[in-house]
Amino acid sequence: MSAAPLRGWGVELQRLEHVPPPTPEEQQALERVWGHLGPEERVGRRDLLLPALWAVQEARGWISYPAAAAICRELGLPPAEVYGVASFYALLATEPRPRRMIHLCDDIVCMLRGAEALAQTLHRLLGDPIQEPAHGQAYGGISRADGAASGEGPLPSVGWSRSPCLGQCERGVAALVGERVLLGLSPEALEERVRAWLRGGEGLADATPAPTHLGWKGEGTPLLLARCGRIVPTSLEDYRALGGYEGLKRAMTIGPEATIQEVERSGLIGRGGAAFPTGRKWALAAREPPPRYVVCNADESEPGTFKDRVLLEKDPFSVIEGLTIAGYAVGAERGYLYIRGEYPEGYRVLLQALEFARAAGYLGKRILGTDFSFDIEVRRGAGAYVCGEETALFNSIEGFRADPRNRPPFPTQVGLFRRPTAINNVETLACVPPILARGGDWYARLGTERSKGTKLVCVSGHVARPGLYEVPFGVPIRTVVEDLAGGVPGGRRVQAVLCGGAAGTFLLPEELDTPLAVETLQALGAALGSGALVVFDERTDLWTVVERIARFFRDESCGQCVPCRVGTQRQLEVVAELRRGGGRVDPEVRRLLEELAQVMRDASICGLGQLAPNAVLSSLRLLGKRP
Amino acid sequence: MTRKLQVPLVTAEVDGQRVQVPEASTLLEAIRAAGKDVPTLCYHPVLEPIGACRICVVEVEGSRTLVPACIRRVEAGMRVRTDTPRVQLSRRMVVELLQGSVDTSLAPDVRRYAAEYGARPERWEPFAQEGPRAKHAPKVDNDLYVRDLDRCILCYRCVRACGEEVQNSFAIAVAGRGLAARIDPGFDLPLPDSACVFCGNCVAVCPTEALVPKTQFEMRRAGTWEEGRQQVVTTICPYCGVGCKLNLHVQDNRIVKVTAPLEDPITRGFLCVKGRFGWTYVHAGTAADPGGGAEPSTPPGNL
Repeated sequence: MSAAPLRGWGVELQRLEHVPPPTPEEQQALERVWGHLGPEERVGRRDLLLPALWAVQEARGWISYPAAAAICRELGLPPAEVYGVASFYALLATEPRPRRMIHLCDDIVCMLRGAEALAQTLHRLLGDPIQEPAHGQAYGGISRADGAASGEGPLPSVGWSRSPCLGQCERGVAALVGERVLLGLSPEALEERVRAWLRGGEGLADATPAPTHLGWKGEGTPLLLARCGRIVPTSLEDYRALGGYEGLKRAMTIGPEATIQEVERSGLIGRGGAAFPTGRKWALAAREPPPRYVVCNADESEPGTFKDRVLLEKDPFSVIEGLTIAGYAVGAERGYLYIRGEYPEGYRVLLQALEFARAAGYLGKRILGTDFSFDIEVRRGAGAYVCGEETALFNSIEGFRADPRNRPPFPTQVGLFRRPTAINNVETLACVPPILARGGDWYARLGTERSKGTKLVCVSGHVARPGLYEVPFGVPIRTVVEDLAGGVPGGRRVQAVLCGGAAGTFLLPEELDTPLAVETLQALGAALGSGALVVFDERTDLWTVVERIARFFRDESCGQCVPCRVGTQRQLEVVAELRRGGGRVDPEVRRLLEELAQVMRDASICGLGQLAPNAVLSSLRLLGKRP
Repeated sequence: MTRKLQVPLVTAEVDGQRVQVPEASTLLEAIRAAGKDVPTLCYHPVLEPIGACRICVVEVEGSRTLVPACIRRVEAGMRVRTDTPRVQLSRRMVVELLQGSVDTSLAPDVRRYAAEYGARPERWEPFAQEGPRAKHAPKVDNDLYVRDLDRCILCYRCVRACGEEVQNSFAIAVAGRGLAARIDPGFDLPLPDSACVFCGNCVAVCPTEALVPKTQFEMRRAGTWEEGRQQVVTTICPYCGVGCKLNLHVQDNRIVKVTAPLEDPITRGFLCVKGRFGWTYVHAGTAADPGGGAEPSTPPGNL
């Protein structure tokens, strides 16, 4: 029989009613989550589970059994369920872990910028990485419980783990450390910092990171970037001075139905990847019985993608206003904004902006003197790419494991808390205020026949000016990569461009003249996805990139359905073997990968599994041909 | 029956054959009404479908992806194909993936489908690496049943049976993520320290012997478990007034396991700890117990 994982730290696991109380710090952290809720009001508030887990995680650096037991008692939840949720997320630890954890991004873009050298530095200074959920070796209740990892003695003060993309691609190498994100890291700078931490100091002040390049080109731009960098992000005055809240006012003048019609007329399609018409989504939700919800999906986690982070950090009111208009149009009284846990700065900015919006009467009871009451609650993810899948996101907010749900029913009928819900991406919602302020017809003139408006494009990798660029749909990809982002530096050539992040497709150099639009990319067998372009120059070992992408999906699969849970592992194994073998792909192996890909696309529950073979398969077009 | 007749019917087409089923029926129900069938693993007739294993996928005209028959509702005019090459490929792959990731040697359904669809898990072997799924020894932490997680295909049947659908104990749930996901009582607690009431209903619905009565587990180890030589004797549980129907599995004139027939409207296959495990007294004072030297099965002290 295995020893339970927490033994060795003076905590004996036992039945709930006999578990000792949590530490005062943990208790205080929990009290802040409960807020004004009395003990009997907490029971059944399962949606407070993730905030409560976050609170005790931050109070101690990991979720102790007494703290988890306190959460069980307060919320009336069984330990198995609480553990099931806690053990799902990479940023939550269910075993003792150093209080200061360095989550080093080693994903595709930071990898190009030398993340591996930093990983080696950390390995030399701190030993093996401590990986949470999906990474394996060191993982979880079982493997560690059997092994020596649950040792006696004090915990080290600093630890590290490898992290999937932190959404800082234009200014990596990045590392998430507590509530800070370190940027532009070099091995030397990191070593100095870690040594200071090991000595018990706070280390150096954060160097000012290189600014994010913002740029635009073409008709209608800058629209979404118009305020970014020009205003104090949390200044409502600045926001209003540059057209802010004109959209909401117009919406309230014309009424909910006309608001939806305006958005339908604009031709706006979702910017999260699925490209569903936003107005139609709202109309579908609005015709269902109340209560209804609106949700902003800010769980941006697609490798290579950072547009939502920039919007939230630099122009938060545009998203808040967009969500408010959505709430008004759909007839919701409450909106949720779910932001990934790896965006502490965006989270801080948002909370502050929401407070100002409330104080000024843009949120709360009877907004702007009308009978429309609406407020927004922010929820923080805890390290799980799959939460960007809308139904997984609902489950995460509700305090369940973030397993995606089978569809139908669709969120517009059965969404958050099983109620009709309109869920939109950050960028989509940021498009809404100008559409209302200037009219759907005006917006519909921008872009192409089927892709209306402007698009934010995250360009990273081997370009002179990695950054966030705005163009009207229809502009050639080459214009974005070369004119705006400066092309590949040093006179080298493009080998491939990954379009749409890890779930996307590798484009060949000759395909860069393709207009950036949903329909043109679709015709190529690619997809716009999240709007990320990662550029790889001719010297890049693409097999390493493809293997990292395969590992990403293996690590991020929720594990619910077989094609994805096991398929992502099998795909990784084959890709790793191909890389080791020098990249020769024999027809038999190609067939194996293609069969697996078809099954993952056909039979996985959600987009994660369905899109996981994309990059791998498309890389075979480039790599498979080589001698 | 009269209430059933009032449910509006919808018409769909299964492999070219028209079929009428009550509104809100699942595709699986429609397929079976048409006299066809599809393989299932996570599906269990008395539990709510969850569509997790994906072996029941079928083609639905107009759908971009395949569709899980167990959970998808029939819509009027739906055209369903249950056995196309595309469907067969997915089923074969699901079996291959399961066989390559866990021990399915005691999972009769998986083995049957493997043969039926021509699964060749060995073609993945040249690439196999150590995944995040650690190998575990069977967990023997109580006298009534054993958890052998290396056999678990994560069908969630046990979790559903333990939770609100049957037992309302909520003693187990899925923990971890991805390949490292596994069934756990929370913090890897031993079962006697968990909320488990040892009803064994999780064991009853497990299709792979990942959850198995301890007697059966030990007899398998000793090489004495022989289903072919077992008789099933139906009787009524002697403990309380409910009168649950029991199936006594008898080998060499000794009870080796107790189950409940699924079709019994009182139990629907589910029992309490006494009915399922409280039978050793029958052999009290007789020769050695069937486990070949194991201690008699008694409920843990906290009951």
